[in-house]
Amino acid sequence: MIATTNRHASQREIVPATQGRARVSSIGARSFLLEAPGDFDLIAQRRIWALSQTVRSWADLAENIPGMTNLLVIFKETPEDPDAVVVRLLEAWENAQSIDLNGKTIEIPVHYGGEHASDLPALCDLSGLSDREVVRIHHEATYRVFALGSAPGFGYLHGLDPRIYMPRKTVPSLKMPKGCVTIGGMQTGVAMLTGPNGWNSIGFATLEMFDPTAPTPAMMAPGDTVRFLPARIEL
Amino acid sequence: MIEILETGPFNTVQDLGRPGYRDIGVSASGAMDPLAVRIGNILVGNDENAAVIEVQTFPFRLRFERRTVFAVTGADGHPRLEGSELIPWCAYMAEPGQILELKQPPLLARAYISLGGGLDIPVVMGSRSTSLRGGFGGNAGRPLAKNNRIAVGEDLEIAMLPATGLAVIEPAVALRDVFPAPVDGALPIRALPAGEHGLFAGDGEAFWGQTWRISSRSDRTGYRLSGEPITPTASIEMRSHGVVPGVIQVPPGGEPIVQMSDANTAGGYPKIAGVIECDLWRLGQARTGARLKFIRSTHAEARAVEQAVARYVEDVRLTSGMVKRALKAIA
Repeated sequence: MIATTNRHASQREIVPATQGRARVSSIGARSFLLEAPGDFDLIAQRRIWALSQTVRSWADLAENIPGMTNLLVIFKETPEDPDAVVVRLLEAWENAQSIDLNGKTIEIPVHYGGEHASDLPALCDLSGLSDREVVRIHHEATYRVFALGSAPGFGYLHGLDPRIYMPRKTVPSLKMPKGCVTIGGMQTGVAMLTGPNGWNSIGFATLEMFDPTAPTPAMMAPGDTVRFLPARIEL
Repeated sequence: MIEILETGPFNTVQDLGRPGYRDIGVSASGAMDPLAVRIGNILVGNDENAAVIEVQTFPFRLRFERRTVFAVTGADGHPRLEGSELIPWCAYMAEPGQILELKQPPLLARAYISLGGGLDIPVVMGSRSTSLRGGFGGNAGRPLAKNNRIAVGEDLEIAMLPATGLAVIEPAVALRDVFPAPVDGALPIRALPAGEHGLFAGDGEAFWGQTWRISSRSDRTGYRLSGEPITPTASIEMRSHGVVPGVIQVPPGGEPIVQMSDANTAGGYPKIAGVIECDLWRLGQARTGARLKFIRSTHAEARAVEQAVARYVEDVRLTSGMVKRALKAIA
């Protein structure tokens, strides 16, 4: 077992946590995606956060976007030697020490069940659990914000109990309302916009989590802890 | 002020976009043809990033409420001022009360109206671009509508223009060697193989080999392409990762989607290729039904194109500055 917060842990000890090499690919000419090998877990994500902090100091970088155990970096201009960029990214990844972000705790009141829980029956069928059990399992867990993306302020949350994993829909709901509390594969989150959505809705939250005019527009940040509070359960 | 007299449903305020917030899920937005915006703004004496009107549904008419320098760039149609035909890619002076009219261009998709002083609109998260999905920025997060009035910034050095206007050679002509013309009616668009290209095996070659058509289900967010579907050898659900405009994703149906200016910030579909950034404006000017072919490119080629475009823009900036200074001196 690796002590992920131990700064003195040697390279040799850290590497086995994620077997194999990271993979770097490009999107167009200026953007490179590094994907961590191994499991989809907090250990890999902590190294992605560390890598994100490292690349922030690179003068030739325009943006860096952490994803789920991956990082997209966008350079200011097309690099002269793309192979050297790949080597530089892989080296930074190998040297990325696991860090934990000191996040805040966000409590989100949820109305479980009811008219917006359109996919709760399907989740019960898939899991073999009662609706009451599904809701209990969902709100008793503690989640971490791994990354933001997809819609303004939308946080990808990690920590879902495997008993209530549910694949994304092959045909998305065309107009899922903003505020729906959803499950997509092994992730959960709160829909930030009304629109097409392939995740499965089990409840509804009214907390405003994005304000473009605020100094910090998104309420969630990577590393934050999220708890869902059952404000109402309607089954 | 300007007043919108007539507009289609999808015309918006745009600038060069809102980069830097993809990590909190905010699309960069910005003009579909950023090169036209840069040139238009230089012609009217603005900062390259000043806010302009993107017209993609025609006809479009506006009335000037005061003396204003303007230029219409991008599309190949001829704008009309008080009924007289003007040439595109040319700066003119409008008098108070005059009406500018844009009709459907013959071939291209989007026209840009730059105004001396720029559109005076609040900056939200570093940009005046309209975020249609987020509902903020630009004209209160919405497309322009009839009777909207929009403030125009102060034109600090209201340009001395020759009566016939001040024109520039448009990029498609000036950069003819850099942006090859359509072959058999198919626009060549350069792209690099992306992360999951290998997953498509033989269909990877089918992707490069065939001519794709831009489907009617296309907008500023993305272009859906119609053609012979391509499928990966294995069905995979990828972990969500950042994406950028130009990424070519292949959803389960096998018909690719090219993400455009309002691109989603995260994706999970397999990526077969990524369009080089300097070719995105050509895609932005391609209309529904247009045919295109992807040309496998390299980082070195993308860099050469970037440098040629930068030289062209710099040349326009220097020349137009020189002409205006000369005209001011003899005024």
